[in-house]
Amino acid sequence: MAEIELRDLAHRYAGAADWALRPLDLTLADGEIHALLGPSGCGKTTLLNLVSGLLSPTRGAVRLGDADVTALGPRERGVAQVFQFPVVYETMTVRGNLEFPLRNRGVPAAVRRRRAEDVAARLDLDALLDRSTRGLPADVRQRIALGRGLVREDVAAVLLDEPLTAVDPAARGALRDSLRAAHRRIASTLVYVTHDQGEALAIADRVVVMDHGRVVQQGTPRELLTRPADVFVARFLGSPGMNLLPGGVEAGAVRLGGDGRRVVGVRPEDVRFAPADGAEGVAADVEEVVDEGHRRLVLARIGDRRVVAAVPDPEPAPSPGACRVTFDAARAVEFVDGEAAS
Amino acid sequence: MSERPRDDRSWWLVLPVVLAVSFSAIVPLMTVVNYSVQDILSPDQRVFVGWEWFRKALRDPELHAAFGRQLGFSAAVLLIELPFGLGLALLMPRRGALAGFSMAALALPLLVPWNVVGTVWQVFSRPDIGLGGRAARALGLDYDPTLDPVDAWATVLAMDVWHWTPLVTLLAYAGLKAVPEPFYRAAAIDGASRWQVFRHVELPRLKSVLTIALLLRFMDSFMIYTEPFVLTGGGPGNATTFLSQTLTRLAVGQFDLGPAAAFSLIYFLIVLATSHVFYTALTRREREEGR
Ligand SMILES: Nc1ncnc2c1ncn2[C@@H]1O[C@H](COP(=O)(O)OP(=O)(O)O)[C@@H](O)[C@H]1O
Ligand SMILES: [Mg+2]
Repeated sequence: MAEIELRDLAHRYAGAADWALRPLDLTLADGEIHALLGPSGCGKTTLLNLVSGLLSPTRGAVRLGDADVTALGPRERGVAQVFQFPVVYETMTVRGNLEFPLRNRGVPAAVRRRRAEDVAARLDLDALLDRSTRGLPADVRQRIALGRGLVREDVAAVLLDEPLTAVDPAARGALRDSLRAAHRRIASTLVYVTHDQGEALAIADRVVVMDHGRVVQQGTPRELLTRPADVFVARFLGSPGMNLLPGGVEAGAVRLGGDGRRVVGVRPEDVRFAPADGAEGVAADVEEVVDEGHRRLVLARIGDRRVVAAVPDPEPAPSPGACRVTFDAARAVEFVDGEAAS
Repeated sequence: MSERPRDDRSWWLVLPVVLAVSFSAIVPLMTVVNYSVQDILSPDQRVFVGWEWFRKALRDPELHAAFGRQLGFSAAVLLIELPFGLGLALLMPRRGALAGFSMAALALPLLVPWNVVGTVWQVFSRPDIGLGGRAARALGLDYDPTLDPVDAWATVLAMDVWHWTPLVTLLAYAGLKAVPEPFYRAAAIDGASRWQVFRHVELPRLKSVLTIALLLRFMDSFMIYTEPFVLTGGGPGNATTFLSQTLTRLAVGQFDLGPAAAFSLIYFLIVLATSHVFYTALTRREREEGR
């Protein structure tokens, strides 16, 4: 139960030419669920291992609550971590696995037992408690690994590194809900690493977007979707991401054109269609309409630029052919040289 | 079920293997079987004697004594080399420049021919000129492997440990390198001690390589011949005369081909049966899991 504070933290692996993590300052507020979101190789795992003490930083400091823990190893930091690859001790039963982190910290047997059973119930493992862990499928193993991460009540933070990769997609939603419920109970700071923006937006109170070893933006899911800090975040978040077109927002309207230094971003949900013979908006050409059930994705072209629009189900979608499009200027974002213009 | 055309002619492709195995294993083995049931008085005068040689071999006190020594030797070899080899593997660096160097240095004894190993240790252990013998004397030990059976045993064992522990180490080292990194990370996060990491992370993953190491070291030590023959000549007395040497003495020295053949077969069956028992016992759990 502590705030995580990273000061001028950076890491370069021995023998590597480039920084895996460039110098950054970041504060992860106490008691919240934070998602670290970014493409593969952007430094998420590195950042997590620096927080847990599995790696020592090339420079900078890690603070947990009031304490500078940079010099401490993982044992002393009081941080729980679960890995992408499900780790289970096959020499022990499921119960033995869940109690293992507690036993190593001298928790009395009665307390161990109660906590193991409690966390097993949360993760739907109670029927397996006294079973051997040999031969269990990957998603059950990962639930056991998650159980070992959530069983300790004294932790400053729980760090989860893409924990649902090994889990069957159909079971992910339920497991995410159990994670949220478990988090409410232990109320510790939880850091959830993922490269899947849907997962990040679904689970987190706050999302940290990373790219190429840098923190690009930190904010609530709504802030990231409505006010992306740069074109990378604009393109990366949302499904699909923002449309980025040369132009800007002038006098409450989106105007296209210009030298390309200025770019205007519009969410697919904020693109509207008008009749081709009207005067509203700009001329466009609808190429394809994809029916996703709850919405239609309209793939259109303005000149040589592609534009995607999302039309919710009951509204009519245009048919392929000429039309005009308008943009919700109040929700559009203007970027100059890739950065959001204030 | 698919309706594939059947064509059994492909069985002919197995023929070369069958021929090779016949010449390398079956034909020599049948020759020995042939000898074991006949009394060969001269090249063209043979008498069928049935189980006679087997009965004789099984009752021979000299063979009994050699068998006892052999069991003791193999047991000592396994008890020393497996833990020692495993311990060395745990101490070896897993990566970096030092990893390659320590591997190469360790593998060196494995490359020395067996008779050279015997000769080297024979000179090394000599109390008059050998480095080891002189050192033992300097330490105040009354060391002389040519006179004292305990010293002779200690020397033969030390030689085998020097020669073959690296094999156990290399096998265990390969097994350790195959332990996925996240297991160590998770154990560190869970607050596991070094012993717990060994017990719950490393040892379970070393089971199959250690089974192989145990089988190899058992079979090999049970059939040891060259090194003690060169080092001690089986002495003092018969103190370090193991089964192979006894057998050779019987067959070549006394030219008792019948009893020697019968004894060879018993020997062969012992190695086969013991290896099978070890293997079955050690892999039983895995097979039960795999059901
Ligand atoms: N042990 C390592 N040694 C050298 N480079 C590494 C190591 N682990 C990761 N890297 C590099 O550091 C960068 C960040 O990796 P990582 O933190 O694993 O990214 P992510 O978890 O976001 O996929 C990558 O470029 C990766 O190649
Ligand atoms: Mg990663």
